[in-house]
Amino acid sequence: MTALLHVDNISKRFGGFVALDGIEIEVAPGERLGLIGPNGSGKSTLVNCICGTLQNETGTVRFEGQALDGLAAHQRTRRGLARSFQLPRPFHSVTLADNLRIPLLYTVRAREGMLHAHSDLEARCHELLDTVGLLPKAGRMPRDLTQVEMRKLELARAMAAEPKLLIADESMAGLSHSEIDDILALLVRLNERGVTIILIEHIMSAVMSFSQRLAVLVSGRKIADGPPKDVVRDPEVVRAYLGQ
Amino acid sequence: MNTATFSIITAAVGLAVMALFHWLSVDYAYFAGYTILQFIVLATAWNILGGYCGYVNFGTAAFFAIGAYSSVFWYKFHPLPIPLLIVLGAVVSGIVGLGTGYLTLRLRGAFFSIATLAMAVVFQTLVVNWDFVGGSRGAYIIHPENFELAGLEVHYIEYLFALMLLLAVIALATARTIERSRLGYGFATIRDDELAAEACGVPTLRLKLIATTLSGAFMGMAGAPFPYYIGYLQPQSAFALDYAVNSIAMPMIGGTTTWVGPLVGSILLGSAQQYATVTISSAVNLLIVGLMLVAFVIIAPNGLIGLVKESLRARRRS
Repeated sequence: MTALLHVDNISKRFGGFVALDGIEIEVAPGERLGLIGPNGSGKSTLVNCICGTLQNETGTVRFEGQALDGLAAHQRTRRGLARSFQLPRPFHSVTLADNLRIPLLYTVRAREGMLHAHSDLEARCHELLDTVGLLPKAGRMPRDLTQVEMRKLELARAMAAEPKLLIADESMAGLSHSEIDDILALLVRLNERGVTIILIEHIMSAVMSFSQRLAVLVSGRKIADGPPKDVVRDPEVVRAYLGQ
Repeated sequence: MNTATFSIITAAVGLAVMALFHWLSVDYAYFAGYTILQFIVLATAWNILGGYCGYVNFGTAAFFAIGAYSSVFWYKFHPLPIPLLIVLGAVVSGIVGLGTGYLTLRLRGAFFSIATLAMAVVFQTLVVNWDFVGGSRGAYIIHPENFELAGLEVHYIEYLFALMLLLAVIALATARTIERSRLGYGFATIRDDELAAEACGVPTLRLKLIATTLSGAFMGMAGAPFPYYIGYLQPQSAFALDYAVNSIAMPMIGGTTTWVGPLVGSILLGSAQQYATVTISSAVNLLIVGLMLVAFVIIAPNGLIGLVKESLRARRRS
């Protein structure tokens, strides 16, 4: 089976600081991968390099077998690589429905020429809002939302792009247990529909229950990659998290 | 309402005003009306980049003057009919807009604004040193007293007024169409969050270039008939800071997120300025702009349209 995403020997430095050092990760279609690591280990930089927000200096990101080098972020999104942001970044000046309409207009339509009719678009917006339980607030502005609703909007917007791979960057930080379960359930449902998911998270209970495989980044290097139960017992991982 | 209906209605309103002026038979009404219409075009053009995309352009005067000086150039080189000059002015200013976009759109916020202001200075210096279009001495443009078309004879100012009316209709219809289109949603994402916009598949750079080109082209359009209106054009008046300040203040006062804002702001501020010019002095103009801007920033930071929308929302909730 060929990998959906192949991160091949990626390095990125900021001045003298090496943020990523020869990262190698493969993700199979339909997989649920957890990505963990202490603060500053390079997780978000890796996401930014995969999604095209930053350009890596060495190595290549391959998506469905094709190299993404030099492609801008929006081109990668259109190929089916979506992300949610660590801190929700909704479009503040438009309604929730319009927040979802934008990726629909710019990705799905651009990619397949679908959703031509206005009513199709409207229906799809409402369907997505319904999936995350925000339908009653379709006409409201993002500032009217609570923190957990904001995260749900962020995920719904990433889903609107109809991605093949979704990277959820700390979409549960600061939420309560029941809220975390909400978001996890959402991600699992999405995965069951065939979307590959990379979950970046600090909350170990969430990562452990969600991930089929776990990769660990420390100081820009991947130090472990394998079944979650084995990885958390790995002495090197324990050392990175707890010190010696 | 589709764009065609909208354009027809707007044009009808304009023609009604024109008929009223004609009936009053006061040439001054045309002079004042022309200035207000010109500001409608400028404010709407500014708003495409400044309001929709959130890039505050301080270089309106440069685009306006480029349009005006392209007309002066043709007047000296080979006189052409004004509608053609308008198209040429739009093309030149549009190209300059595109170039400005390429050079400055990596800059954000205040830095972008400073760059546009600097660009205005650069172009003014170029024009001052370009002898063919009059340099710092300025250039005289003589137009016939009357304009004839198919046996119909009207005062030249009426002709200019009608042209500017047409431009205002085109500008408003374009802005309104953008607002409701995919492009408009894309522009809104640029205003709100460019990183998130890219993640949603919005090609932000291309959209910003479309915005700078369109905005520049409309400003150039507004400037092209100006030498014929004013009769004597010099760099100080074509590159006057008033244009930059007014075309920012008018959308701000009206509201920047819809096409109605610049329209309302231009009519309000433009009329107040014309009134002050006649009754007090023309020097009071900028003072009025300043005071109104301060007042609106405090009372209605989202402009008049924002104020109305807020009160409607509040009423619906209670």
